[in-house]
Amino acid sequence: MTDLMAANPSRPARPRKRREIAVGIAVSVVILFVLVAIFAEQLAPYGFATIDLRARNAPPALFGGSFTHILGTDELGRDILSRLMISVRVSLIVSVLACLIAATIGVTLGLAAAFLKGWVDSLIRVAIDFNASVPFLIFALAILAFFGNNIVLFVVLLGTYGWERYARLVRALALVEYEKGYVLALRRLGASELSIAVKHVLPNVAAIIIVNMTIALPEIILLESGLSFLGVGIQPPLASLGNMVGLGRDYIVTSWWIATIPGIAIFALTLSISTIGDWLRDVTDPSLK
Amino acid sequence: MTRAVLIAFARLFITVLLAVTFVFIILRVSGDPARALLPLDAPEEQIEAVRAEWDLDKPLPQQYLTYILKLASGDFGLSMNDRQPALQVVAEKIPATVLLMGTGLVIAFTVGSALGLIAASFRGRAPDRLIMSLAIFVHSIPSFLFGILLILLFAVALRLLPSGGGPSPLHLLMPAAVIGLSQAGVVARFVRSSTLEVLAQPYITVAGLKPLPRWYFIRAHVLPGSALPLLTLFGFSLGGIIAGAAIVESVFAWPGVGRFLVFSVARRDVAVVQTIVVLVATMMAFANLMTDLLYAFFDPRVRTS
Repeated sequence: MTDLMAANPSRPARPRKRREIAVGIAVSVVILFVLVAIFAEQLAPYGFATIDLRARNAPPALFGGSFTHILGTDELGRDILSRLMISVRVSLIVSVLACLIAATIGVTLGLAAAFLKGWVDSLIRVAIDFNASVPFLIFALAILAFFGNNIVLFVVLLGTYGWERYARLVRALALVEYEKGYVLALRRLGASELSIAVKHVLPNVAAIIIVNMTIALPEIILLESGLSFLGVGIQPPLASLGNMVGLGRDYIVTSWWIATIPGIAIFALTLSISTIGDWLRDVTDPSLK
Repeated sequence: MTRAVLIAFARLFITVLLAVTFVFIILRVSGDPARALLPLDAPEEQIEAVRAEWDLDKPLPQQYLTYILKLASGDFGLSMNDRQPALQVVAEKIPATVLLMGTGLVIAFTVGSALGLIAASFRGRAPDRLIMSLAIFVHSIPSFLFGILLILLFAVALRLLPSGGGPSPLHLLMPAAVIGLSQAGVVARFVRSSTLEVLAQPYITVAGLKPLPRWYFIRAHVLPGSALPLLTLFGFSLGGIIAGAAIVESVFAWPGVGRFLVFSVARRDVAVVQTIVVLVATMMAFANLMTDLLYAFFDPRVRTS
């Protein structure tokens, strides 16, 4: 068919249409989530912490409940839809910030490694060895045990997830860029190494960094919600998708919707972002696969 | 061969040392280690005793050395749990976790390899697309949601299985399934691509000319070539399974190390947490060692070099 799919030998040309539909749906879901996160206060029918003890454990509208609480209420009578909207905002802000931190650390070190070499290179190798020795979730749990929990530490901690991937990628790409004629020309013109790295090399590798971020973001969302689910991430009274599931877990036998609805929201979000990320990767550079 | 073995052991040593160093650093940075290693209500004399015993009043390099020697001798401090030695409390919970992870691994690799092989042999057709979509699906679903959905189905609606507790074979089924199936997607993707790579090799084209039954052709010619890279995946997915165990054990109240870790983090039981971190690192390092050695043993290309 066209060059896009032909560039990727592992996929035949025919299901291209199907994939475009899937990506279209995924993009719509992500846009919906982002809009909800931005306008959470305006959209939410109730306050996210408003307790209504007379309306405790009300099921969702289609499962025997009423339309006053479309997604039902929790054990304290708080409206699930309203809590869900605030949680989407909290989870998205935390995860996107963490993703940006990881990318910044990784890109900086990767660029530094490409033209400083030496100890930065060694540091990255040690970090990769360490990453291979302890799973990130266990590492995160250990840090939270030693330092206690607060939201700034939590975001920074999540921000250390996956930085070495950017570092390795950017280092490799930058080394290639440095061999190109334009860098040589810039050097002759007297540009400093720093300005070559930031103003000229960085924009040329930006697209690949963004693709990598799209692939890392769902993993960070799963980490955030996993830790919050375990009760060591985002703490009440603040709501996040993970801690909604964690708090609702005690009621699954009597009120399944309290834990299940935010769980499905996480799933929809991560699945959509993964779909977009995979597609972007295939479109931009099939050799990365 | 000898060189490969030596390198593998050096890697084991370095990764464990890295983990111990990491714990030492955060223990030092996060506050008073003597207090951290003891229960909150420990008397002042006991804190002083620990300070002297762990050389905490000496210069840093000596502290570090003492710390390594202490851990090597099995002394990780006292747990808040009845003030028992942390290592002992953790060790009691290891068998349950090993049983869960072992079952999970078996499920992940049998289901994953089977699906990956099927996908590869139906490349581009409906079974392939279905399996690959499923792989993305299980990769994106949070394991706690997966667990809760299974509980709703098998424990609440059908009343076939207990919702949590254990350890017993009936209690094992659901958590092992969650751990195994979450990883099976990764295994399937991996097996698919490594099988496709093998199928493109010239020797396969030659073997394909022989009048062999399809299953025999796959078993004798395709599998040996595509199975070896699975060893690499083993070390990689072990990390995922350990991390998964912490969440899944909590969902199903499985009495293992993962649930205990989460419990101890919430209570800030530092002695227990450092024990588990070092144990996990040691275990992963051993898994990597085994991978390296098996590679050296099975792959003629590595064996002879």
